[in-house]
Amino acid sequence: MARQIYQAIVDGILGGGVYALMAVGLTLIFGVLDIINIAQGILVVVGAYLSYALSVHLHVDLFLGLLVTVPAMFVIGVVIHLAFIRPLRGRERTSMSLLACYAVAIIAEGVLYWIFGPGYVTLKASYINSSVRVFGFFLPYIYLYGFALAVALVVLLYGLLYRTKFGRSVRATMQDQTAARLIGINVNRVAALTFGIGVAVTAAGGMVYGATSGGFNPNSGYDLISRLLAIIILGGLGSIGGALAAAVFMITLESVVDIWSPNWAILVFYAALVIVLTFRPVGLFGRQAVRAQ
Amino acid sequence: MSELKGAAPPGLRSEAAGPAAPRERPRVSGKLLRAAGIAMVAAALAVYPLVITNGLATTIAVDGVIFISAAAAWNIFSGYSGYISLGHAVFFGSGAYTVAIGARDWHLTGDAVFALLPLAAVVGAVIAVPCGLVALRVRRHTFVVITIALFFIFQLMAFNLSFTAGSIGIIAPILNWAPATYNDPFYYIALAIAAGTTALAWLIRGSRFGLQLRAIRDDEDRARGLGVRAMRVKLSAFVISAFITALVGGLWFYFIGEALPQFAFDPIFDLSVALMAFLGGLGTVAGPVLGALIIEPAQQYLTTTITNDYLSEILLGALFLVVILLLPRGVIPTGSELISKWTARRENRR
Repeated sequence: MARQIYQAIVDGILGGGVYALMAVGLTLIFGVLDIINIAQGILVVVGAYLSYALSVHLHVDLFLGLLVTVPAMFVIGVVIHLAFIRPLRGRERTSMSLLACYAVAIIAEGVLYWIFGPGYVTLKASYINSSVRVFGFFLPYIYLYGFALAVALVVLLYGLLYRTKFGRSVRATMQDQTAARLIGINVNRVAALTFGIGVAVTAAGGMVYGATSGGFNPNSGYDLISRLLAIIILGGLGSIGGALAAAVFMITLESVVDIWSPNWAILVFYAALVIVLTFRPVGLFGRQAVRAQ
Repeated sequence: MSELKGAAPPGLRSEAAGPAAPRERPRVSGKLLRAAGIAMVAAALAVYPLVITNGLATTIAVDGVIFISAAAAWNIFSGYSGYISLGHAVFFGSGAYTVAIGARDWHLTGDAVFALLPLAAVVGAVIAVPCGLVALRVRRHTFVVITIALFFIFQLMAFNLSFTAGSIGIIAPILNWAPATYNDPFYYIALAIAAGTTALAWLIRGSRFGLQLRAIRDDEDRARGLGVRAMRVKLSAFVISAFITALVGGLWFYFIGEALPQFAFDPIFDLSVALMAFLGGLGTVAGPVLGALIIEPAQQYLTTTITNDYLSEILLGALFLVVILLLPRGVIPTGSELISKWTARRENRR
């Protein structure tokens, strides 16, 4: 039993890295644009299907394929922002953008169903079904590679945000949009690029998700978005570090509960969310009531 | 859009009128026009199944009228208070399952099942209390996400609990009504509920309670400072809204004839009711009615006439996007603004 739990914890930490990556994209978009991209879940699935199409039809390696899928998802993100998010104005802007993202998700789901059908598909590669034994734990290669990729991308994002001029303008916009505009930051450009980056990470997240989840179909987006939302709320909306910590914590928790009851493991997510928010409405790492109305 | 006078403090009044959009007060002619419009819509709805007997058309009509209540109920909470709930399917599904489980376990058949509708409503209201107590502690985005989370919890429970029969679902008892007029009783029950809900929405909007809700929408902290008991007011609206949603959920189950987790707890329901209210005009009385009458028939038409399910889903999403992008403020506010502009111009000319 104890062995099983240790194994579950190791799996959870490795799997949590991937969720951390997807959640960072979501929380970044929230921080800059003050909207929640409900479509993030289905966009992860789109990323997974892009990898699938590349590997099945063109026989491109999954990790190599990211060189194509990440830019593709970036473009999709920028287009969604320009076409559906930026035109929204007025008092109900935030709620309207939420509904717009929801509508985009429905369209994306329909398109995926149409192209790929409702059947479950899996990503295939030599390193998906083999594993290495470390200290008595079986670690599938894909988990290791996926975790390494997630860590690398998160570090890259951190570098981008904290070491570059663009990152400074993003952080300034997150703090105070009006002030950022006043000191000459092109807030619209920052918003579009941030949305693109936030969506681009779903390509990598989707590939690893598709390889580790044991099968996905267009309907998997709901499952993903519900987890991601729980993670970013728990971590405190707009807090990147919080999203990382909450992702690893929640996926580990789920993975441990999964030993006893796979059906109810996902419920742990929401139960944890409800319990935490009852005592700490700003989430685990949120500092203030996120942006006064 | 009349701002109804009530016993609210002056500071609150000016806020409730909206800072950016000064709303013109409708003139007498506007009032007459509105009364005539309401009478016409009501009369058209009342005689609809007598004039049009096509089975498909009446089926769509029943759906449309059910959604009038659902959208109006959503609007009573979310439209007035500004707390956008994307989890109202929780109450819709709970209502459906209450009737389904009740009919199955108590071996009710035929018309007797309709006696379960009040029970469905009460169950919805009871479920709303703990949900509201948790969700209403947080605001804005966090609130939206909590309602989505609640929605997924309930869908998951419907899939996994033993008494909901999981993904097999529960079949409704068979009604031995004449096929030609089968839809009519459903239609009139739904219409009665819709009329009641709309009247309630109108009463609430003009009442002290409604003003408190709208004060919360505009500035919750200030409303609280002025003595509005925010939690109590929000929770009351949430429970009222859940009560009606569960009531029509129960009716919907009997009409559809089957309760399945993915359809009773349907994410598209969450989105639809919100969009109906937005399309018509958030926080208005007539808005959700109009929105439901436009969106639900369109949606039903798409899903029944286009045999490709996926294409109809894509078109549905596109329809939603068009609504959001072209009519962000809703038909009713945009329309009344146009009318008052037009009458003002005409008066200037004189």
